[in-house]
Amino acid sequence: MSSMFFQCLQAMLMLLMAPVLAGFLSTLKARLQNRHGAGILQPWRDIRKLFGKEVVLAEHASWIFRFTPYIVFTATAMAASVVPALLLDTPLSLTADVIALVALLGLARFFLALAGMDIGTAFGGMGASREMTFAALAEPAMLMSVFVLAIGAHSTNLTTMISHTLTTPLLIQPSIAFALVAMLMVAIAEAGRIPIDNPTTHLELTMIHEAMLLEYSGRHLALMEWASMVKLLLFSTLIIDLFIPWGISVESSFIGVLLAFVIWLLKLIVLLVALAVLETSLAKLRLFEVPQYLGTAFVLAFLGLILHYMLEVGA
Amino acid sequence: MLRILYQIMKVGTITEASLSNGPFNQGEQSTRFELLGKQLETAIKKRFQGSLAIRLVDAGSCNGCELEIHAANNAYYDIERFGVHFTASPRFADMLLVTGPVSINMKTALVLTYEAMPAPKLVLAMGDCAANCGVFGVDNYAIAGSVADIIPVDAVVYGCPPSPTALIQAILATLE
Repeated sequence: MSSMFFQCLQAMLMLLMAPVLAGFLSTLKARLQNRHGAGILQPWRDIRKLFGKEVVLAEHASWIFRFTPYIVFTATAMAASVVPALLLDTPLSLTADVIALVALLGLARFFLALAGMDIGTAFGGMGASREMTFAALAEPAMLMSVFVLAIGAHSTNLTTMISHTLTTPLLIQPSIAFALVAMLMVAIAEAGRIPIDNPTTHLELTMIHEAMLLEYSGRHLALMEWASMVKLLLFSTLIIDLFIPWGISVESSFIGVLLAFVIWLLKLIVLLVALAVLETSLAKLRLFEVPQYLGTAFVLAFLGLILHYMLEVGA
Repeated sequence: MLRILYQIMKVGTITEASLSNGPFNQGEQSTRFELLGKQLETAIKKRFQGSLAIRLVDAGSCNGCELEIHAANNAYYDIERFGVHFTASPRFADMLLVTGPVSINMKTALVLTYEAMPAPKLVLAMGDCAANCGVFGVDNYAIAGSVADIIPVDAVVYGCPPSPTALIQAILATLE
């Protein structure tokens, strides 16, 4: 079967699986709180209902507020569809560059922050300023962590990086461990999870991501929520791709892709279980401690880079 | 951290306590709650495609009703398993849950909240105070009236405060 077909399948899968995995995560968390939980399909039900609801627009909403959900969703969906999840070499894999990926997410974030300020509510502006403050610290840390691997692979293209990891013999590389820890820390911050942000909070004063969405309703809200679920899946897949890619299908055969799907799902489940346990056992960080947290991630990634030069280059 | 995780493991899921392993003398009530919950789930599926978002507005209550709402969200009752969840913004909500008599200071806020909600929207007045100003009295200088005097109300649940079971029943009545 053609690799184009698998490319489309992979992109669809990322979009369709995102709410299911978000539901899986919230069910896990409910179980850890000794509750029954709403079931793994609840995010899908929420989205379906929101698409059928009326859209209420504030009086002062400009075109930015109306267009932002579509821009955010499209940018996130584009980023998610080029990340190799099942098949290594797809027609769009040339565009799967990590810097382009960060730029796409940056575009989504830029418009999200604009929309938060557009209405003029206090919480929207507050959320926007917080999001931008933390983004300015999270993005360099994420790129630095990716560069540790990119220098070894001589490319920032995901497909090239994955095939480099797959073809090189398994060695103990301390730089990768540093990069992994940094990446995990950044991913938690970027996906808006505890200890940085709490996606289920009702307290506007502690919100970061949600504070910018407070004015959205109906299909706009559905797209925004969906985009943030896709972002969580995107970061999980990125971590899998960069650090534990073994199992991804190299040639576009049906059996290979099916096997890759099962392995990808298993890895995702392990990551999400770890996240649920972490979220249950940690309290949210104070807002002013978040820069230190992200600074630590950057320093770890940077140490990884130095270690790479000290120990691994020429070895 | 490990101690917390160990305790979580030891306690296990305590939702849906039935006759056999439920707390002392609570068996009958919890079975009733479960039955109502199943009906609620079906009703929500029919009206709101399996997802009901509630915005809570405290228009001047003594917080007794809030404690009961909190209980409905706890691990024992776990109202979330029927597809009900409480939201942070009226823009996300399908149902407005109002507690307490409407104080003069909260009147504008309540009307604005109602207007900010997208259609289809429902209003449930919770507790005796929301229904008829309760112990605070209609002629109180600080009170603008009961909830029905300020915004259109779809259903009322009496009680001071109403139990989580009564709340479920009322949400069910509002949907039907």
